[in-house]
Amino acid sequence: MTTTSKQRPVHLNLTKIRLPIGGITSIIHRITGVFMFLAIPFLIYLLDISLISEQGYKDAGAMLHSPLGILMLFGLMWGLTHHLLAGIRYLLIDVDMGVEKAQARQSALAVTVVGPVLGLILTWGLL
Amino acid sequence: MSRKASGLKAWVLQRATAIYIGLFALYLLLAMLFARPIDYAAWRDWFASPLMGIATLVFVVAILLHAWVGIRDVVIDYVWNTPVRVTILSLVALGLIACGLWASQSLILVRLV
Repeated sequence: MTTTSKQRPVHLNLTKIRLPIGGITSIIHRITGVFMFLAIPFLIYLLDISLISEQGYKDAGAMLHSPLGILMLFGLMWGLTHHLLAGIRYLLIDVDMGVEKAQARQSALAVTVVGPVLGLILTWGLL
Repeated sequence: MSRKASGLKAWVLQRATAIYIGLFALYLLLAMLFARPIDYAAWRDWFASPLMGIATLVFVVAILLHAWVGIRDVVIDYVWNTPVRVTILSLVALGLIACGLWASQSLILVRLV
């Protein structure tokens, strides 16, 4: 055992690591979490100016409807959808639902695919 | 801070806040999609109502706690140098507290003016 373990290839090269779908869903859960964390001050800024005056309300609306605003809103809606659905998946796995490999892979794939689709629909609906 | 939100406590805190955040985010999304305040006055009145004001403040606090536990996990996983880790975590904590106070200020002001 000890001799073979020394000869095992160690791939910390990100391009050589083939992550299973559950792993991909997991890392997107992290990335979307960090992204939404970074978005917090911008969202509070928008809430702040939109509540303080009618002009601020219009400015906040204009910012959201700018190309960058739309892109950020889409990122946020994708992030929220993925993070929320993946979170529900983890809560279900906590109570032993969908733990079997086949089910876990299916739910991971579903979350990862539905995220951007629902994110796009929500962005379109909110604008 | 880390001792107060470590291990099982952090695990429970992350799930409890997640449930509130999820439900309130769903309410916000449905309201903005199907019963959106039509103008500035309606938008203000929405956040100035007592129930919405408190529910939103709780939402802000829940997000800050949830973000703290989550970001702390990510930083501990990827930043191994202790002084760098402590510096980043301190800045994150400071930033979250500032954001919480900022949002609270807006939500309180909207009820006063």
